[in-house]
Amino acid sequence: MDLSSINPALLLASLLVAATPILIAAIGELVVERSGVLNLGVEGMMITGAICGFAVAVETGSPALGFLAAAAGGAVLASLFGVLTQLALANQVASGLALTLFGLGLSALIGQGYVGIKPPPTPRLDLPVLSDLPFLGRVVFSHDLMVYFGLALVAAVWAVLKYTRAGLVLRAVGENHDAAHALGYKVVRVRLMAILFGGACAGLGGAYISLVRVPQWTEGMTAGAGWIALALVVFASWKAGRVLLGAWLFGGVTVLQLNLQAAGVAIPVEYLSMSPYLITILVLVIMSADRSRAPGSLGRIFHASG
Amino acid sequence: MNLTKLLAGAALALGLAGGVAGAAAAQEKTKVGFIFVGPIGDGGWTYEHNQGRLAVEEHFGDKVETVYQESVPEGADAERAITQMALQGADLIFTTSFGFMDPTVNVAKKFPNVKFEHATGYKTAPNVSTYSARFYEGRAVQGHIAGKMTQSNIVGYIASYPIPEVIRGINAAFIHARKVNPDVQFKVIWAYTWFDPAKEADAATALIEQGADVILQHTDSTAPQAAAEKAGDVITFGQASDMAEYKPRPRVSSIIDNWKPYYIDRTQAVMDGTWESQQTWDGIGPGMVEIGEITDAVPEDVKAEALALKESIASGEYHPFTGPLNKQDGSAWLAEGETADDGTLLGMDFFVEGLEGDIPQ
Repeated sequence: MDLSSINPALLLASLLVAATPILIAAIGELVVERSGVLNLGVEGMMITGAICGFAVAVETGSPALGFLAAAAGGAVLASLFGVLTQLALANQVASGLALTLFGLGLSALIGQGYVGIKPPPTPRLDLPVLSDLPFLGRVVFSHDLMVYFGLALVAAVWAVLKYTRAGLVLRAVGENHDAAHALGYKVVRVRLMAILFGGACAGLGGAYISLVRVPQWTEGMTAGAGWIALALVVFASWKAGRVLLGAWLFGGVTVLQLNLQAAGVAIPVEYLSMSPYLITILVLVIMSADRSRAPGSLGRIFHASG
Repeated sequence: MNLTKLLAGAALALGLAGGVAGAAAAQEKTKVGFIFVGPIGDGGWTYEHNQGRLAVEEHFGDKVETVYQESVPEGADAERAITQMALQGADLIFTTSFGFMDPTVNVAKKFPNVKFEHATGYKTAPNVSTYSARFYEGRAVQGHIAGKMTQSNIVGYIASYPIPEVIRGINAAFIHARKVNPDVQFKVIWAYTWFDPAKEADAATALIEQGADVILQHTDSTAPQAAAEKAGDVITFGQASDMAEYKPRPRVSSIIDNWKPYYIDRTQAVMDGTWESQQTWDGIGPGMVEIGEITDAVPEDVKAEALALKESIASGEYHPFTGPLNKQDGSAWLAEGETADDGTLLGMDFFVEGLEGDIPQ
């Protein structure tokens, strides 16, 4: 065992990178679920965002345009889900699952010409003084912009949901759509907007994997990250702060266990491998022992004739 | 709500259609099915099996029809996928991952007239054959290059599951790295997945951050190659497929699995009615394992030695597991000049002397 070979600064820096995709996707899904819609298509929207972002970044040479395209791609796919569930009143669970399958197939189709291509590098933040700080510089101040974007997004979603009128309306629609409708709020319109936002976020999360974390395009490369984001929202009891904590825990323990293995720590590998799932679930379940519960109208179909 | 049902149904069907290719067709054709563990575009293991499938189609033309299902998880769902393929009328089914072993044998009992071929396993039945390649022969060549090329004397190894095939690979690479570099050490990470690009990249990054400047992988995607390229001064080897897009650095060579001749032979055997249960285990000699181009990033003399090693293995003159070799605990395994028998290799569950860490069990 040689723990000295683990560099804590690099470890913490990797933690932020590993947490970012599921964080962005989960915060989008949180907004969707708070509006009372259960979209199980996160995996499909992520992988679609991954290829849309990758393709556009390669074609234009600009990672920024790539991320924009990823958000657009995720949102377009999500709009399909929105039309099915909000306008055609289809079952949300079935539509979400179909969306995942469709997204996996569609991304494989789009991605056929992009296997083995290297994307343009996403620039890292390089602040004159801060990035050179001995420990903090590497951990906090030398990431790509998407890491900070993810954190800002969590803060923004938290603030909007808690302090603004728009957030209140969104939550009202999610808690009791009939009452919200009676008050004159446009339930379907609010939900459609939430679904588009969720899709855009999932797309960004996916593109983070294909443009920064791996960086390449491989079919099916999200490999279940979307499902983890979905689970994270539930275990975080639909609270933005806890989603952040959960994503850091999951990303952190994932990276930590790989490092511990490489350092030859004498903990059986089986336990190390399951530790990200176990620890994340355990911590979040204990935290949700308070009175938090799912939004009242989650997954229920709304029709104005009600 | 007829419109609703129609739309939801259409969406579902649209999605499902992506998974299973091909549909029922005329019965006089020989129908060959493939069960893949990853997507056919993984650039590695499943990609090469799919190349084998395409070779069967090209070779037999109208006389065969192939069907495949990709990204089938190892475990209970595999049995459903194989059963479904047998029910669709497949005459011959290749199941191409170690974890499909028991599902294949179980389904084979229910369909005595269908022939099954399971890759990398060890259980057979009257209608189940096994086939595998001696990847460890290629690993020996990789180990030689890795031992010569490493500056930090730390070689990172991304392992998948603790099964004999993977353990053999680690041992073969280590033995030959140590032979040319007595100071070399291996750091092994068990990823517990065959295919998860993000995790594979994270594993490669963790190894690189801990000083490894050579990365060997036994997972299926090209993600570790991308991670190594991003990190800079690190070399890698293509796994299962050439992974040529990462030439000349980081990928300096590769092991390529060539399943085409085998798949064509076995399909022919089913057509002729001569198919029999057997166990095939071929290496560099018969061409089932190929060594991809060694790039200019490797010095000429190292390249020449590696090629010489490959030749001696191909001709049968040299066996990668030749004594004297001890097990990890120091107990004697092979005496001077003794070579390992296939039985021991097929069930290999121990590290050789010098490797650190335990094999998960």
